[in-house]
Amino acid sequence: MKNKIFLISLLLFFSFCFVVLFKGLNNSNVYVPKKTTEKTLANFVAKDFFTEKEIFFDQVFIDSEFYILNIWSSWCLPCIKEHPKLMQLSKNKSLKLIGLNYRDNKKNAKKFINKFGNPYSNIFSDRDGTIAIELGAYGVPETIIIDRNKKILKKFIGPLDDKSIKEINLIIK
Amino acid sequence: MKLLRIFLFIIIVFNTNQAFSDENNDKLINKISKNIRCLICQGQSIYDSQSDFAISMKLVIAKKLNQGFSENEIYEFLKNKYGQWIMYDPEFNKKTFILWILPILLFLLGGAIVYRKLNVQK
Repeated sequence: MKNKIFLISLLLFFSFCFVVLFKGLNNSNVYVPKKTTEKTLANFVAKDFFTEKEIFFDQVFIDSEFYILNIWSSWCLPCIKEHPKLMQLSKNKSLKLIGLNYRDNKKNAKKFINKFGNPYSNIFSDRDGTIAIELGAYGVPETIIIDRNKKILKKFIGPLDDKSIKEINLIIK
Repeated sequence: MKLLRIFLFIIIVFNTNQAFSDENNDKLINKISKNIRCLICQGQSIYDSQSDFAISMKLVIAKKLNQGFSENEIYEFLKNKYGQWIMYDPEFNKKTFILWILPILLFLLGGAIVYRKLNVQK
C-alpha cells in the first residue's frame, strides 16, 4: 500500500514537472523589461547635441502638452526605418519631439540629421550611454511618450511602425 | 629636512589611501556587475558582457558609487528601472519564496528518507 502511494506521488510529481517544462518550451526566452516600470521621467543633466551646453531635462519639458523622447543613433539601422514616422509625428503641434543621441559619433549623427531631416526640437547627447540607463532604456531605438507632468504614458521598444503611430495618435487625442 | 620628511610622509599615506579606496571601489563594481544581468546578451552578467549596454551599465554603477550610493541602493535603483529580472540573485518575496524554500524542503525530505531507511536497517 505504502509503495503504491509512493509510486503514485512520484508519477504525479514527474507529470507536473513535464507539463510545466513542456508549457515553458513555447515561451519566449528573451526578456523585455516591463514597459512602465517607472512612472515618471527621471530628471538629469545632459549636453545639448549642437551647443554642447549642459541642460537640465526640466528646462525642456515645459511648453507642450505631450512629449516624445526618442533614443536614436546614426549606426542603428532600425532608426533609419522609423525616421519617416518621426518626421510625420513632428508635424503634430501638440507634440514636441526630443532626441537622445545614444553612443554616437557627432559627425555621423549630424550627417544622419542632414540626410533624413531633423524631427526633434531638442537633441541631447549621450556619448557613454549612461543617460539611456537613467531612463530605463536598453538600446536603440526606443521611444517614450510623456505628458506635461513628466508622467510616462507609454514606451515603445524597437522602431515605431504604423501600429505604434496609431497608438500614439490615440494617446495624444 | 624634517619638514620635507613630514611632507613626503603625508603624500605617501594619502596616495596609498587613495589607491586602497580605488581598489575597494573596483572590487565592489565587479561584485555588483556579476549580479546584474545584461539585457542585450541575456544569460550573461554585465561583468562578462562586452555589449554597449553592459559597458554603460558599469559606468553607471561606478558613478552611483562615487555619488555615495550603497550596494543595495544601486540594486534598488536598477530594479526600479528594469524590474526584478535584472538581478541574478532573486530577492525573497511572495513570488519567489518557492524558489528559495524548495531546495531546503527537498533536502529535509531526502534527509528524512535516508534517516528512516537507516533506522529500519538497524
